Amino acid sequence: MVIIYAETWENEFKKTTFEAISYGSKCAQEMGVESIAVVFGNSVNPIGELGKYGVNKVIHVQEIDEFEPYSIALALSDITKELNGKLLVLNGTANGKSLIGILSSLINAAAISNVTSFPINHKPLTVMRSAFSSKGIEQVSSNSDCTILSLVPNALGIISNGDSNPSVVLKKIDSNHKTSILQSEKESGEIPLPEAERVVSAGRGLKGPENWNIITDLAKVLNAGTACSKPVSDIGWRPHSEHVGQTGIQINPELYIAIGISGAIQHLAGVSRSKTIVVINNDPEAPFFKAADYGIVGDAFDVVPRLTETLKSFKK
Amino acid sequence: MKILVCISHVPDTTSKISFVSDGSSLDKNGVQFVINPYDEFGLTKGLHLREKHGGTVSVLTLGDESAEPTLRKALAIGADEAHRLNGVPHDGAQTSEEIAAFIKRNEFDVIICGQESIDYNGGVVPGALAAKLDLPFVNACISLDIDGNNVKTIREIDGGKETAKAKLPIVIAGKKGLVEEHDLRIPNMRGIMTARSKPLSVHELIESKTLAQSVSFSKPPEKKEVKMISPDNLEELVRLLNEESKVI
Ligand SMILES: Cc1cc2nc3c(=O)[nH]c(=O)nc-3n(C[C@H](O)[C@H](O)[C@H](O)COP(=O)(O)OP(=O)(O)OC[C@H]3O[C@@H](n4cnc5c(N)ncnc54)[C@H](O)[C@@H]3O)c2cc1C
Repeated sequence: MVIIYAETWENEFKKTTFEAISYGSKCAQEMGVESIAVVFGNSVNPIGELGKYGVNKVIHVQEIDEFEPYSIALALSDITKELNGKLLVLNGTANGKSLIGILSSLINAAAISNVTSFPINHKPLTVMRSAFSSKGIEQVSSNSDCTILSLVPNALGIISNGDSNPSVVLKKIDSNHKTSILQSEKESGEIPLPEAERVVSAGRGLKGPENWNIITDLAKVLNAGTACSKPVSDIGWRPHSEHVGQTGIQINPELYIAIGISGAIQHLAGVSRSKTIVVINNDPEAPFFKAADYGIVGDAFDVVPRLTETLKSFKK
Repeated sequence: MKILVCISHVPDTTSKISFVSDGSSLDKNGVQFVINPYDEFGLTKGLHLREKHGGTVSVLTLGDESAEPTLRKALAIGADEAHRLNGVPHDGAQTSEEIAAFIKRNEFDVIICGQESIDYNGGVVPGALAAKLDLPFVNACISLDIDGNNVKTIREIDGGKETAKAKLPIVIAGKKGLVEEHDLRIPNMRGIMTARSKPLSVHELIESKTLAQSVSFSKPPEKKEVKMISPDNLEELVRLLNEESKVI
């Protein structure tokens, strides 16, 4: 069996969940076994949607309605052991990252995070992963009977292959938690990193927080998330949750637009996996241009508002 | 309060990363090793907790002798004692098993790890450790307040944050926010002198199992040449984004 953690946020599946379901279902086919998604919470809608990505069966645990890492990990581990799961697939979201270590101990399974490829071998299970903050690629094999893989969000895509019409089974598991959640709050723009497909990011070149409207305007036409360089969050111009790079969030969107960011090695480490990189900087010598697909030498305050307008007319 | 900070000994963030010719491991030639940046925030947090609640800050690493300068640096920054588990870390399962065995022999109230080490980016050890010790766990922890036995934490979630409470002992995986950048301490002369006489003990491993085996390493493919576009021709950029890279 392949077990897949179907993460939700405010009762909806995340896009990264469809990636995990696609991945797990494809692996299950290759292994000749069934794929089973596990959904938590009592008001998740609509569960059948997961069938679009090929999953055979859904286990719905209604009693556990909030993300407390230990209780979710324990439930996933019980299900995996009970069904003799050989593979457990998660996505490397904030919640996925909270789970992988606990799961590895509870199941006594190999845990491989940051996965960037489908299995290149099943016996032993072998995959590629990103290491050294995207400066290296590692090939890893599992030595254990069950393996946990945590995928890099946005890296492996969604495979919609018709409708598998999965059966949904309710399973009663009580919450067995070790911490109690008091409060959750959303902080930044509407689209959370790292699952944003497009990201508009700015650095110290923006001069001050009062200038960020040109960044958020551009992000809005592109339906993009917003990010920033480390000094920008250190000085408090933007929230920590937007800090990308080696010591911040690592992202790999389809499109990354870097505005007024010099392109220091630590910044690149967090964004270099982006599929297309656009750099806007007034210094033609800025190191970021070497890592870019498209570059514009120009003043952000002039170029960015005009780019927003150009995109608006393009969309019409 | 007994505080343990787990420290990973990693290449400096400015390092150019390359691998030995058969791809079996990192080429350590000319690479400078430092305290993992996430653990530096944890270490400073440990010192803050000691200043507030009293007690001791111990630091620990699983590594060979080459990791000792990193432990000495942590002592120079202000930790009271250091422990080196004598061996090579292979994967999260083995590393957490070794650290868990050490903790069971010594007992701590607060165990602080970094959210991940910037070399292998595993992010497995802290949670695995918590589960092996049957303790509460908070990942991506950006705030930790302790009052008696009660702990209040904030963790980063995708696009926001979440507050939770728990009881000591606890394992956290920290990052910036736990303390701020400007709180980080650099060793001064006195710190460096006293670090030499602080205890650094070496412990043999219990020989736990490695479950995920590294096979080989390679470099990511190089980017192709950048296309420069005139700031007066933004239509061209939009066209390329649409037609060439198909991202809009
Ligand atoms: C241990 C460690 C970890 C680190 N981790 C990270 C990390 O995770 N993420 C990260 O981002 N950094 C990280 N850094 C910091 C990194 O080294 C750089 O200092 C940082 O990325 C620089 O941020 P910046 O590009 O915004 O600012 P600067 O380097 O000051 O660059 C500003 C850029 O804006 C351009 N500019 C100025 N005015 C304009 C204008 N009007 N229009 C257009 N362009 C303009 C300038 O030409 C310049 O290139 C780390 C550093 C260390 C030591």
